[in-house]
Amino acid sequence: MRKVVSAIAVRPRTLLGPEKPPDAKQSPVAEGSAAAAAFQAVVLPHLDAAYTLARYLTRRGEAADDIVQEAMLRAYRGFSGRRGINVRAWLLAIVRNCFLTWHARNRAKLEDFQTEWEQACATESDEAGKDQETPETILIKQQESTRIRALIETIPHQFREVLVLRDIEDMSYREIAEITDVSIGTVMSRLARARKMFAAAWKKTQMQASKEIQ
Amino acid sequence: MMNGVGGSCSERELLLHGLADNELDPANALAVEEHLRGCPACAAAFREIIQQKELFEKEELRLRASEALRGRVLTAIHAGTEAIPATLAPAKAPSASQNASYPRWPKALAVLSPMALAASLALFVYTVNQAPAVDQQLVASHVRSLLASHLTDVASSDQHTVKPWFLGKLDFSPSVPDLAEKGFPLIGGRLDYVGGRVVAALVYKRHSHVINLFVWPAGKMKALPETLDGYHVLSWTHGGFSYAAVSDLNSKEMQEFQSAYEDALPS
Repeated sequence: MRKVVSAIAVRPRTLLGPEKPPDAKQSPVAEGSAAAAAFQAVVLPHLDAAYTLARYLTRRGEAADDIVQEAMLRAYRGFSGRRGINVRAWLLAIVRNCFLTWHARNRAKLEDFQTEWEQACATESDEAGKDQETPETILIKQQESTRIRALIETIPHQFREVLVLRDIEDMSYREIAEITDVSIGTVMSRLARARKMFAAAWKKTQMQASKEIQ
Repeated sequence: MMNGVGGSCSERELLLHGLADNELDPANALAVEEHLRGCPACAAAFREIIQQKELFEKEELRLRASEALRGRVLTAIHAGTEAIPATLAPAKAPSASQNASYPRWPKALAVLSPMALAASLALFVYTVNQAPAVDQQLVASHVRSLLASHLTDVASSDQHTVKPWFLGKLDFSPSVPDLAEKGFPLIGGRLDYVGGRVVAALVYKRHSHVINLFVWPAGKMKALPETLDGYHVLSWTHGGFSYAAVSDLNSKEMQEFQSAYEDALPS
């Protein structure tokens, strides 16, 4: 693994930068609205990216909305103390933290989702629970992108988040390592596993699709 | 199956992903590429990784926050502004002379890269002392362009729409090839003001990354710094024009962009 990690090109981008000293000259009122304007200009453009990550992580639109709102507010409060210079990676890290809080709070309700993937893998297609969404039951005639989204959502979240950050949000390995707080080696092995899981599920739906055509 | 970068093919699997993601350093990338030429199994695995990555390029997979959510966030922020006591409020605020809509960058750039600032002050003969350096202006312009509805003045992937749009607005005519086949689709163009003159900004995309390519008639220009505040700046001159590409893409993809653009220029 050490060999693999050392193969990663060193990127100049990093989340960690020097903290900037506060500017004491401004009056509190002007400071507040100016900070809001600055936040709106610098962070708000990444709202869609934040929503995308939240939506893939929660798999629920309403929860994603709540998480993004909470994350943007936390981001706003932490804006001046922000250590990083890559706004998008910094914001996505906050979104992920909000998701983990939400996930812990809703753990009981979510348990059926946790085992879903294992069940789908462990059982043959006709034995899988009929009301559960598995690669086989996801509607074949849905648009390809809808199918891809649904299949991504069947991957367990610690693998799914790496896949989404890399292939949907276009984050570098180093950024993903900082966002998810693991080593680059772990990012790489999780990404490889996530892609394998997706590939297996994708092949199943492709086979199903060709069967239906016949 | 023991050759190339060392280790078995199964140990090499992560490197295949690293290569597909442009994350390997040049030496390892070469070694893996060489291995792929001699190992059909790894070559097939690599092709599958690439094909799968292409599946994920669909724009529909990148979701959009609803207008309702955007409104909720804006309301919360502005309410938060009033509710948060001064001691907790974000302390960093722009000085009065700076553009209110985009106040943080000039100061941040000056703090973070004094060397780049010093190096670039000598770039243009007519640079005024107080004016921000050209590289700062380029990066600031790139960042501004990422803000909502500021990216393009003419939004079109059709080079035959974008190129004529510049006619009459500029005293020169930049080449506007569509590089979609090379993986850099043309998004549009706009006018910008950099280094004391009006320049053309051509906007390309790479997946979800935006590339601003600034074009102006070649003048006296030394090489710009390659990175500034996390953004890559790739500058070159060709055929009487100066080019500066700015993006948060990695430098390898920036170079791919440069060769794609250069290849598409009329010879």
